[in-house]
Amino acid sequence: MSPQAMSTELLRAEGITKRFTGALALSDVDFDLRSGEVHVLLGENGAGKSTLVKVLAGAHSPDAGRIVVGGREVRLGSPQQAAKLGIAVIHQELTLVPDLSVAENLFLGRMPRRFGFVDRALIRRRARGMLERVGLPVDPGTPVRELGIAQQQMVEIARALDTDAKVLVLDEPTAALTETETDRLLEIMAELREQGVGLVFITHHLEEIRRIADRITVLRDGESVGVLPAGSSVDEMVRVMVGRTISEQYPRRAQEPGEILLSVSGLTRSGAFEDVSFEVRAGEVLGVAGLVGSGRTEVARAVFGVDRYDSGEVVVADRRPRPGDVRAVMRAGLGLVPEDRKGQGLVLTSSVGENLGLVTMRAATRGGFVDRKAQRVRTAAMAGRLRVKSSGQDQPVRELSGGNQQKVVIGKWLLADVRVLVLDEPTRGVDVGAKVEIYELINELTDAGHAVVLISSDLPEVIGMSDRVLVMSAGRVAGELPASEATQDAVMALAVSGSAVTPSRWSHTEGFSDSWREAERDTRRPRPAEESIAETTWEQAT
Amino acid sequence: MTTTLVERDDDRIDLRRLLSDNGALGGLIVLVLALAVMAPNFLTAQNLLNVGVQAAVVAVLAFGQTFVIVSGGIDLSVGSVAALSGMVAAWSFTEAGLPGWLALVAGLVTGLAAGLVNGVMVSYGRLPAFIATLAMLSVARGLTLVVSDGTPKSTPDEITALGSTIGDYLPVPLLVMLLVFGLTGIILTRTYAGRTMYAVGGNADAARLSGINVRRSTLVVYGLAGVFAAVAGLLLAGRLASAGPQAAVGYELDAIAAVVIGGASLSGGVGRATGTFVGALVLAVLRNGLNQLQVTPFWQQVVIGVVIALAVLFDTLRRRNK
Repeated sequence: MSPQAMSTELLRAEGITKRFTGALALSDVDFDLRSGEVHVLLGENGAGKSTLVKVLAGAHSPDAGRIVVGGREVRLGSPQQAAKLGIAVIHQELTLVPDLSVAENLFLGRMPRRFGFVDRALIRRRARGMLERVGLPVDPGTPVRELGIAQQQMVEIARALDTDAKVLVLDEPTAALTETETDRLLEIMAELREQGVGLVFITHHLEEIRRIADRITVLRDGESVGVLPAGSSVDEMVRVMVGRTISEQYPRRAQEPGEILLSVSGLTRSGAFEDVSFEVRAGEVLGVAGLVGSGRTEVARAVFGVDRYDSGEVVVADRRPRPGDVRAVMRAGLGLVPEDRKGQGLVLTSSVGENLGLVTMRAATRGGFVDRKAQRVRTAAMAGRLRVKSSGQDQPVRELSGGNQQKVVIGKWLLADVRVLVLDEPTRGVDVGAKVEIYELINELTDAGHAVVLISSDLPEVIGMSDRVLVMSAGRVAGELPASEATQDAVMALAVSGSAVTPSRWSHTEGFSDSWREAERDTRRPRPAEESIAETTWEQAT
Repeated sequence: MTTTLVERDDDRIDLRRLLSDNGALGGLIVLVLALAVMAPNFLTAQNLLNVGVQAAVVAVLAFGQTFVIVSGGIDLSVGSVAALSGMVAAWSFTEAGLPGWLALVAGLVTGLAAGLVNGVMVSYGRLPAFIATLAMLSVARGLTLVVSDGTPKSTPDEITALGSTIGDYLPVPLLVMLLVFGLTGIILTRTYAGRTMYAVGGNADAARLSGINVRRSTLVVYGLAGVFAAVAGLLLAGRLASAGPQAAVGYELDAIAAVVIGGASLSGGVGRATGTFVGALVLAVLRNGLNQLQVTPFWQQVVIGVVIALAVLFDTLRRRNK
């Protein structure tokens, strides 16, 4: 289709409604997509974006409503059916086979064959053309494992386009990308738009929306609350998305610090971190910043007793728990909200209530029997206090949105009434509204005389919410800044001080935030479990 | 919508909820109705009691297996451990001259020991459960042959009583099965050990980071499975009044099938005592019914295989549509 052609309607969804075990995920949502446009779906986690995408992709069948593709009403019974109609979805989790070559991945499941043998020459030839279309300059014989995440995403897009996709749905494709990679992706999206492809784009980054969106449909609580035009301001988007104006992004209420609750001195594990010392006082938030491999998470895990350390001392509220003993550390009053929410924070097969009660279950046990009535009363109260959005305690925690899942992980520690709570990337993948709720929770904790250690790759967050910022670099403490002196430049200068990288490279704002997102991506890799009985993966739910 | 404070009473039996939670229950009811029509002798009190007796051994094994599967493991050794426990009990009486009740205890201790060895291999040795228990399957069967020297041994009265009938109509195996059913339900829903099984099976890392002792939980799980296997072995020996070296061969697969028909997930974190009970009954009713309909044992195996696949298929579809 030429760019000059009149844009035609590719897809229309009317009155889409979908329920999950009683909870309304989508309520009477209308959505349409024209050729040659980028239509952004915007909303907080749990607003229904992913559910709508899954409905359009044929992964969920709606309870009510109709879907029109190319002028004909259709029933999308499966993702395969949707693909046949030209709807392709690029999910956040990539679906490439790492050990196969780029070319083989491009033709996965539809390899051209001659006399039963794969026609390698043909594959490579056609793969070149496909890669050209998305502007990916790699050799088709390269194993996918050797590509970066952004490049892998391009491969997925190339694959989708070759199957004659007219509708391309991109579910948070930029979440794992650096700034330069994101720029490249947006360029390609613009090119595809020129070619007449219709793109549905989901992202939390409002700046990207400003750059590329032709239309913005905003979802809130499963309802479509407005369609904004291209060029809408960030403030406007946030207002419609959250339903109110967020007055303060980082509402830190500082306290007069009290006694020392957590004291770490000379903590060392060879190859991971060295001579790490810090203190946290009652009523205080200690922020921990640092680049990839700086040892932030490793230190947190060692302090919590998950991993061992070679030397050093950890004192929690005047007690010295045995190193490497999680239960002893917990009894002393320390809690950890791990960075990998689904992999380490939640039991996804269990309910909201069960997850909330996980830490306190032992204390609620008398003679081997768990007092489940009392547990349920407590967990229900906690769910209410944290405003966990669910259909009830018995809802599987897997069905909750990211922000609400995080509240559950934090809630199980609040029930245990720990003195010191270590939060490792507590707001990753959490939307604006829930973020502020988590910040308020931090305030409540310090108001009540608890101490908080906030580890975060989100530099404005760690600066905005901490009373002091500890900066780690190459496994060591590079320095500590009081809130008043912790600017992004100052933190970043310390963060790179211990590594081989020269600070000057990071002085430029763009390169600086790029490296920061790089760091974020790397820490996201799953850590091998020390004591794992079952390894299971779950499909991400809405 | 924020969290509602509606409390659901776990003790009350709500038929509709029972049916929707246990897909296999619907299947069992259909099966029973169909057999009632097709086989006139099926729906008699005597035959139904028979079904109970026939179900008992596999059901008890399956209850033990439920703990293991809920916590994300698998125990292939339960059939062999049942045979070994029965044999050790019979040997203790006939060869070692222990009193009958002590022989019974010896059998139970044997099951516990085998289970704990499984648990140690899995939790401390970090062997995959499949491999550890496969090894135990072989070792326990071999030991059974060693102890028995290849010949069956008669059981003391205390054990034979497990296979008898109280007052001419109430079979003891049925009673034992119901007791073990109740016990399993209580362990899984009420006790700390049971609740941790769900957490460990659902996500061992999250469980550990929440202060749950995953190793201890694993030991408890396999220990329980071993003890339950011993109970099943004693039941079987009691019914036959003798412990045989080839007893309970292949029963572990029936036990796993019963648990899975009952709606448990082999990836852990999901499963219930009621489900397993229904699963064991489905297998027993099917065998009994096919006998009544004079289907040859050869074809029975085919039918049972098909039913297992269908049961799990329907359960998967039901979950997906939820």
